[in-house]
Amino acid sequence: MSFISVNKLWKEYGDQVVLENLNLEVEQGEFCTLVGASGCGKSTFLKMLLGQESQSRGELLLEGETFPAEPDRNRGIVFQRYSVFPHLTVRQNVLMGLELEQKPVLGKLFGSARSEALKKVDDMLELVGLGPSANKWPHELSGGMQQRLAIAQSLIMRPRVLLLDEPFGALDPGIRKDMHELLLQLWREIGITIFMVTHDLHEGFYLGTRLLVFDKLRNDPHAPNAFGATITYDLPIGQTDERLLRDIDQSVTNTARYQAA
Amino acid sequence: MRLINRRPGRLTATALGILPFIILLLIYGAASQQRLAENPNDKLLPGLEQMTAAVDRMAFQEDRRSGDYLMWVDTLASLERLGMGVGVAALMALVVGLANGILPLVRANLAPLVSALSMVPPLAILPILFIVFGLGELSKVMLIVIGTAPIMMRDVAQRVSELPGEQLIKIQTLGANSWQVVTRMALPQVLPRLIDAVRLSLGPAWLFLIAAEAIASTEGLGYRIFLVRRYLAMDVILPYVIWITVLAIVIDQCLRLANRRLFPWYNVGGH
Repeated sequence: MSFISVNKLWKEYGDQVVLENLNLEVEQGEFCTLVGASGCGKSTFLKMLLGQESQSRGELLLEGETFPAEPDRNRGIVFQRYSVFPHLTVRQNVLMGLELEQKPVLGKLFGSARSEALKKVDDMLELVGLGPSANKWPHELSGGMQQRLAIAQSLIMRPRVLLLDEPFGALDPGIRKDMHELLLQLWREIGITIFMVTHDLHEGFYLGTRLLVFDKLRNDPHAPNAFGATITYDLPIGQTDERLLRDIDQSVTNTARYQAA
Repeated sequence: MRLINRRPGRLTATALGILPFIILLLIYGAASQQRLAENPNDKLLPGLEQMTAAVDRMAFQEDRRSGDYLMWVDTLASLERLGMGVGVAALMALVVGLANGILPLVRANLAPLVSALSMVPPLAILPILFIVFGLGELSKVMLIVIGTAPIMMRDVAQRVSELPGEQLIKIQTLGANSWQVVTRMALPQVLPRLIDAVRLSLGPAWLFLIAAEAIASTEGLGYRIFLVRRYLAMDVILPYVIWITVLAIVIDQCLRLANRRLFPWYNVGGH
């Protein structure tokens, strides 16, 4: 039995078919990147993994069990923006999850429990390179630093799956590269299962262990919503070459054009 | 250079700001002097002398009949009513606004009622308050509560629903239950906005306070103004109005400062 299995999954909003007949098996510890044109359902699929959306038909299983219908502590998320709490310092932001877990009513830790938790928090901040900024407010951090914080905030909960929704989309190319290295390093050290949605085909091609391309097999120019997207390429990374990248790029671009028309 | 691009320097800006006050004072002074020259007993536009004498009588000498320092008694009574009314209203706004903003079930249930209540003109139900709660303190405080709470409730609910949806998802992935979502995410972020809402509500709150005091009271700033009106005692009314304005400004600035001190992340674009 796979860690995550997707069987004949469909997602429709009224007449609009977003995903059709999705089939996928993912093992624990894989790092999957999801690419595709806008409107091809990769974010919708991520929301289904998160519990924010539910499927219209088909099965979505985590170790044989149906995914819970609302977000929970087993699935961490990092969005492109607004993932951190502006009213808490960097340290308090990371501490939050531990406090919520241990104190269901107060939501705050005190005394030795707090200092113990803070030790974990500081280790995590070191790991993502935020040690020196521990007492800053989020608005004092750059975009890249805020994303490091959002990742640390999720990872301290040791979630079973980490979901990343275009986490580096708003960052400068140089910083994006640093973030790639950080993410790979964290993934190797913690061995967590990661799903990352990205707009950037190159990012998807070189990061992670597995590339999932979401694309439409059929396009009807008169009814752009009649057909949904599915996974058209499912590639282990390492077996990829330039020509394949160009092919995928071509196909995704065509779909995007149909969508726009 | 276009007019819209011409900016005053610091000194010019201050001078420009003070100028209208000076002009007003000069106009008043000239008019008062003219009337007093014609009739030294004129009551309509008292001069500085008469007004300081009145303030001295009201604030620094015992009242001959009651033995109280009237202006302080009035101030204390009014501030107590105002504080109670606005305090209760803010508390209600926080509870109802948070529930409305974050719980869809409560919102469906309560939001229409709050919207309807905020449309009722509070002064129109003042007679009802007097009938139900009597002429004592309760009816005056209730008027302020009814007059300011519904709008603050709507404001708080609006602010809560403006919090980014990403945050709401994020805190759930950190394992928060509904109570924790309210206490650790919504409440702390909405508190500074509540203080802003209170600042905006203080204007209406003063209005309701003075209206209620004018109709049924035995002390209070509004009561005094309406009492001495019978003797055309402008020398008391004008200082009282200035005093009320000063109080309003001081309260407003205290709240602004408290907001800055207590929520350092709020005023620097952290929200």
